[in-house]
Amino acid sequence: MDSITSAASVVAAGLAVGLAAIGPGIGQGSASQGAVEGIARQPEAEGKIRGTLLLSLAFMESLTIYGLVVALVLLFANPFAG
Amino acid sequence: MALLPLSLPFAELEVGHHLYWQIGNLNLHGQVFLSSWILIGALLALVVVGTRKLDRDPRGVQNLLEFMWDYLRDLARDQIGEKYYRDWLPFIGTLFLFIFVSNWGGALIPWKIIELPEGELGAPTADINTTVAMALLVSLAYFYAGLSRKGLRFFELYVEPTPIMLPFKIIEEFTKPLSLSFRLFGNILADELAVGVLVYLVPLIVPLPVMLLGLFTSAIQALIFATLAAFYIGEGLHESH
Repeated sequence: MDSITSAASVVAAGLAVGLAAIGPGIGQGSASQGAVEGIARQPEAEGKIRGTLLLSLAFMESLTIYGLVVALVLLFANPFAG
Repeated sequence: MALLPLSLPFAELEVGHHLYWQIGNLNLHGQVFLSSWILIGALLALVVVGTRKLDRDPRGVQNLLEFMWDYLRDLARDQIGEKYYRDWLPFIGTLFLFIFVSNWGGALIPWKIIELPEGELGAPTADINTTVAMALLVSLAYFYAGLSRKGLRFFELYVEPTPIMLPFKIIEEFTKPLSLSFRLFGNILADELAVGVLVYLVPLIVPLPVMLLGLFTSAIQALIFATLAAFYIGEGLHESH
């Protein structure tokens, strides 16, 4: 792999995870906010809310994981390595 | 390509190193087969031992198995519905148990004891081929469920509520297995890599919380895969959707 390609791949891998973390971060924040408000209003529903919250948090988490997969492809299985 | 140039006593970060088995023109990833056979064997042994002598009031392993069955039944029933969940419970349950046992087995069993000529044993779900195969099976099951229940009227799903949604629904058929497989693969690989990096930096104690977090997320990922599979199948079966 020539140096330009590897430098660009490393930068892109960092950006892929970093940028992919922004949206899900905001989303997880607002989801947790909603859950906390729900629990505060209705403490008896905590178990159900927690289950749903964890499931939806994991969905948002997977968006970042897609970025991570792209980063891993760039680092370990770079198609432009030549 | 090795990530770190040093040879390490505790951890090696290997991505894309495999023990290749050549069968005809196919290159199989041997370590994935070996570890999944071991884990499937363990799972089978657990089930056989637990159902050998069935008691009216369950104790020990039978109790555990009944708890798991209850859990999986609730999962399938919530997503697929009272009427059809029985047909799909074995499929959903197998998916959940295999993924769960793979994820936890990959993290908890000290695979390093078993020496391989190349590559290393680990969670079978950290290999993209395993997860893609399972995701494609889910897609097949979804189409089979829909087509066998409603025949060609199954495709009305694509033009409901409006025909404008048709292209998106068709694209969705491709993104479903893609996201299912990438989610599982990425999460498990990310856990392994995060633990690997931490073990490389500080070999003692510090990686423990991350390992626990990894156990937690990998259990959740098994739940998510099974839930989504059940949801897709339920979507194919229902008339209201």
